[in-house]
Amino acid sequence: MSLFDTDELVINMGPQHPSTHGVLRVVLRLDGERVVGADVVIGYLHRGIEKLSEHRDWQQIVMLTDRMDYVSAATSNLGYCETVEKLMQIEVPRRARYIRTILSELQRIASHNLWLGTHAMDIGAMTVFLYNFRERELILDLFEEFCGARLTYSSMRIGGLPLDIPSGWARKVSAFCDLFETKIPEYEDLLTHNRIWKERTRNIGVISGADAIAIGLTGPPLRGSGVPRDVRKDEPYAAYDEFDFDVPIGSAGDIYDRYLVRLEEFRQSLRIIRQAIAGLPEGPVVGKVPRLIKPPAGETYHAIESPKGELGFFIVSDGRSNVPYRFRVRPPSFCNLQALPRLIKGHLVADVVAMIGSIDIVLGEVDR
Amino acid sequence: MTSMGWLLPLVQILIVLNAVLIAVTYMVLLERKVIAWAQSRLGPMRVGPHGVLQPIADAIKLLLKEDITPARADKWLFTIAPIMSLVPALIAFAVIPFGGHARIFGRDVPLFIADVNVGLLYIVSITSIGVYGIILAGYASNSKYPLLASLRASAQLISYEVAITMMLVSVIVTAGTLSMVAIVEAQLHNHVWFVFVQPVALVVLFIGGLAETNRTPFDLAEAEQELTGGFHTEYSGMRFAMFFLAEYANMIVVSAVVTTLFFGGWLPPFPNVGWLAFLGWIPGWMWFLVKCFVFLYVFVWIRATLPRYRYDQLMRVGWKVLIPVALANLFVTAILKVWL
Repeated sequence: MSLFDTDELVINMGPQHPSTHGVLRVVLRLDGERVVGADVVIGYLHRGIEKLSEHRDWQQIVMLTDRMDYVSAATSNLGYCETVEKLMQIEVPRRARYIRTILSELQRIASHNLWLGTHAMDIGAMTVFLYNFRERELILDLFEEFCGARLTYSSMRIGGLPLDIPSGWARKVSAFCDLFETKIPEYEDLLTHNRIWKERTRNIGVISGADAIAIGLTGPPLRGSGVPRDVRKDEPYAAYDEFDFDVPIGSAGDIYDRYLVRLEEFRQSLRIIRQAIAGLPEGPVVGKVPRLIKPPAGETYHAIESPKGELGFFIVSDGRSNVPYRFRVRPPSFCNLQALPRLIKGHLVADVVAMIGSIDIVLGEVDR
Repeated sequence: MTSMGWLLPLVQILIVLNAVLIAVTYMVLLERKVIAWAQSRLGPMRVGPHGVLQPIADAIKLLLKEDITPARADKWLFTIAPIMSLVPALIAFAVIPFGGHARIFGRDVPLFIADVNVGLLYIVSITSIGVYGIILAGYASNSKYPLLASLRASAQLISYEVAITMMLVSVIVTAGTLSMVAIVEAQLHNHVWFVFVQPVALVVLFIGGLAETNRTPFDLAEAEQELTGGFHTEYSGMRFAMFFLAEYANMIVVSAVVTTLFFGGWLPPFPNVGWLAFLGWIPGWMWFLVKCFVFLYVFVWIRATLPRYRYDQLMRVGWKVLIPVALANLFVTAILKVWL
C-alpha cells in the first residue's frame, strides 16, 4: 500500500469549452497536468447533411454544403459543384473557373484568418485574434458584394456561378490584396519570433510525414510534416493549372511548422488571386446546363483543396430520380481530427488546446 | 487636539481605501480601453462619454447578480476565499508612501498611513496570504478545472515569491533599511534612483510581479482557454468581483512597490540636479501616481502583446532563470556593500 492514493483525473473538455472551437468533447485522463489518454467524442453538431442531401434537388444541395464548413462555405460549394459537373461532364466557362479560383483563395485567406486568430487566442495572444478578424471582415464584405451573404454564401451553381461579379469588384479584390500583404507582417511581429510562442509550439504535437499519411492527414497538417501534397497542384481543378504558385511545406511536423505553412499560404493565395485578376477572361459565367439536372447513372469522386485539407465528394446517381442516390463527403476536419488523441498523449493540458487549434477543425464539417 | 490623534489615521485609511477601490475599478476601464486601442477597437463606449461610467455600471451589475454557491462546494471556505484574496491586497497599502509630508490646515500630515520599520517585510508577508484565497477557492469549489488551476497557482506563486523576496533583499541591502519611507529617503541621500543601482533587481521583480498577480504571460491559474476561467470558474456575482478587484489591487501594489523601491517614490526625477529643481513644484504624490500609472500601463501593454506560458515552462523560467539571477544579484550586492 502506498501512502498516498494516486488516481487519474478524468476531465471533460467540452462540449462547452472556450477552446474546442465549437462542440467538440475531449475526455482527458490526467496525471497531474500530463495527459495520459484522450478520447475524442464527436456528433454534437450532427445534422445529417449527407442523408438530407439524398432528399434534395441537385441545386438545393449547394445550400447544404454551405453549412458543413461554415467558415469556408465557398470551397465546399466549389467541391460539390465540380463533382456534379464531373458526373455530368459539363464544361465550365473559363471566366467562371477564374472567378471560382478567386473566391476559393479569398475563402482560404478568410479561413486561415479565423484559424490564426482563434489558435493564437488559445495560446493566450488575444490581439492577434482581433487583427485577423479585422481583415476577415474585409473578405466578408467582398463576398457580400458578390453574392449578398456573409457566411453561408451558396456562391456557386452547377455549371458555373449564379451571377457575374459586380463592376469594380475585381479592383476591390486587388486593393484588398495590396492591403492584406501589409497586414501579414503584423501577425508575424506578434508571433513568429516571439519566444513564448515558439516555446509553446515548437516540438509540440510532432507527427512524422509517414504517420501523417497513415492517419490520413491532409492540408496544412500534412504539409507541415514535410509532405508536399496539395490537390491544387497534384490534381488541378478550377483554374489552378493556369497559375504559378508554390506549395509551402514544413520539416519538423510540429505546431510551429503548421503555423508557418499556413502563414505562407496567405502569401501564395495572394499570388494566385493577383494572377487571376490580371488574366480574368471575358465571357459567360454559366456553362451549358440542362434545365433539369439529372446526372446519368454512375458514381464519381472528386476532391478539392479546402483550407482545412482535402475535401472530397463521392456521389452516386441512379440516373432516374432528381436526387443523388448516395451522397458522401470526405471532410478534412474529420480525418485530421483522428490525429488528435495520438498527438496529445503525454503532453500537458495547455498543449491540448494548442493542438486542437493547430489541426484547424470546424465541427460543422466533422459532424455534418 | 492631541486627544483627536486617532482621527488622522482613520481619515487617512478612509481616503486610501476609497481611492484604491476607485483606482481599481478604473484600472479595469483603463485595461479595457488600452487593450481595445491596441486591437483597433474602441472598447466601452456606451455608459457615459467614452465609457467613463462603465466601472460603475459593472459594479452595480455584479452587486445585483445572483450569488451562487455550488451545491457540493465547501460553503465556509467558498465564502471566505474571495475575502482572503481581497483583504491582503487592500491592507498592503497601509505602508505604501504616497508622498512625503504635506502641510494641511497648518498641520504636518504624512502622506502615508504608517511608516513601519519593517514595511517591506510587511508587504511580502501580507501579499503571501492572498495566495491562500486562490488555493482555497480552487479547493472549495469541488470542481475539476478550479482544482487544476489552484494547483498551478500554488506552485507558481511559491516559486516566484522566492525570486521576488531575494530581489527585495538586494534592495534592502542597498538601502540599509526595511522601511518604505526610509528607502525613498535613501534614494534622495544617495543622489540616485535605485533603478540605476539595481537594474537586474527591477527586471526580476517586475517579472515576478507579473507572476504574483497572475497576469499575462503567467496567467495560468485563470487561463480561460485552458481551464475555463481557472480558480474562479464557479464564482459569480460579488464574490467573483472580489477576486477581480484583488487582482487589480495587487497590480497596483506591485506598481507602487516598484515605484517606491526603484524610482524614488514621491521624489521628482533627479531631485539633486540644480536646474531640474523646478520639477519639485509638482507635488510628490502626483509624481508617485504618474510613476505608478506607467507601470500599470506596462501591465496592460504586456497583456495585449504576449501569449501565455505553459505550466512547466513557467516553472522553468522561475527556478532556472529568475532564482539563479536573483541569487547572483544578491551575492554581488552583498559583496559590494561590504567592501565598498
